[in-house]
Amino acid sequence: MIAVVDYGVNNLKSVVRALAAGGHTATLTTDPDEVRGADRVLLPGVGNFGQASRTLEQTGLGGAVREVAAAGRPVMGICLGLQLFFEGSEEAPGARGLGLLAGRVRRFATSLPVPHVGWARVDLTGPGRRHAMLASLFSQGAEFFYHVHSYHPTAVAENAVLGIGEYGESFPTLVGEGVVVGAQFHPEKSQRAGMALLDAFARWRP
Amino acid sequence: MLARRIIPCLDVAGGRVVKGVHFESLRDAGDPVWQAARYDAEGADELVFLDISASPDQRETTLEMVARVAESIFIPFTVGGGIRSVADAGAALRAGADKVSVNTAAVRDRSLVPQLADSFGTQCVVAAVDVKRIGGRLAVMVNGGREETSLDAIEWIGELEAKGAGEILLTSMDKDGTGTGYDLPLLRAASAAVSIPVIASGGAGNLPHLAEAFEAGAHGVLAATIFHFQGSTLPEARAYLRERGYPVRP
Repeated sequence: MIAVVDYGVNNLKSVVRALAAGGHTATLTTDPDEVRGADRVLLPGVGNFGQASRTLEQTGLGGAVREVAAAGRPVMGICLGLQLFFEGSEEAPGARGLGLLAGRVRRFATSLPVPHVGWARVDLTGPGRRHAMLASLFSQGAEFFYHVHSYHPTAVAENAVLGIGEYGESFPTLVGEGVVVGAQFHPEKSQRAGMALLDAFARWRP
Repeated sequence: MLARRIIPCLDVAGGRVVKGVHFESLRDAGDPVWQAARYDAEGADELVFLDISASPDQRETTLEMVARVAESIFIPFTVGGGIRSVADAGAALRAGADKVSVNTAAVRDRSLVPQLADSFGTQCVVAAVDVKRIGGRLAVMVNGGREETSLDAIEWIGELEAKGAGEILLTSMDKDGTGTGYDLPLLRAASAAVSIPVIASGGAGNLPHLAEAFEAGAHGVLAATIFHFQGSTLPEARAYLRERGYPVRP
């Protein structure tokens, strides 16, 4: 069973639906114990880093996600969910992330309109090409995924950057280390490429 | 690098997809859920659903339809028609929309776009502008194109950007449904006036028209007639544009 963590942000149903369309059983849950008992966990999300980090702490859901990762079971973050895996974000300087990945989150520094919205090409890096979960994907070495964000990961360890996007600047948009993986974009809105990525996460045995 | 977008549009009235010419002479183009699923399967980059009847007493029916469409697609989904308040927009987003499109209500209530941007973020706010050339003027039309305003289209879209619109859906009423190509001078002027994406709408009749719109600065092309009736498919459109060097999804 895949637990999709419901911590009061929008846009959760589409993730569950995208997993179900691939034949996977996913449950939306607000219960930390259910998260702890899951085979794998998905943390989606659209919203504010500070608010989300407080909610994860107060509900115990953040701790539960950390325990699942510590137990060696796969954990995936999407958009704000991925950002919450890092130590902190420029969006909410005092707020603490889950610390599952080394690095931080910062705002786009570009003269292009922010938020960055649209289908952006994602190029796999060397570590991305070697990543077991991504092996059967990215047949051309790149895919387009739907992005909606003002902030992105930064100062990520080189071997944890699996895919990069470009919008006035290069940014890590697919990140992972050990059992933890995350996408800055929305696979649940990225049609075939996104469904394939979620399917790969659901089958991944790190 | 952002891909240019090809966006089928479902104009919905009475629970059916319809399409007219110059906003009139509507003809039936099928079931919205079936059409949405088909366009998703063919690789549409987004889908726009406009409730063109937008009568307040049918809000519930429309929202049910929106929810059914949202459940059948895995691409960004914009809903417009009859959204007059933050509460209306919230209901559409809860029903599964990713963005809302506002048109007449944004003209009547100048605080609506800023309120929507504050509540949901600029990425959620699509400002739709219907334009008609009247005596050399680019007039903004409202109320389904039935009512002329004194607003100049280019000034108005600049104002919409400043107010927090995330993108502009620019429809030429003169070109709508004619299949004679987009209003390219309008599109050039609009694209030069704002830095947010401009989506071209009204007039697409063949695949070269889509390329012309990109050339004129459009980030995306909305099309209904060409895909509903004229036998062009999305894979053909993408192949055509890719061969000519436009960044579209494979």
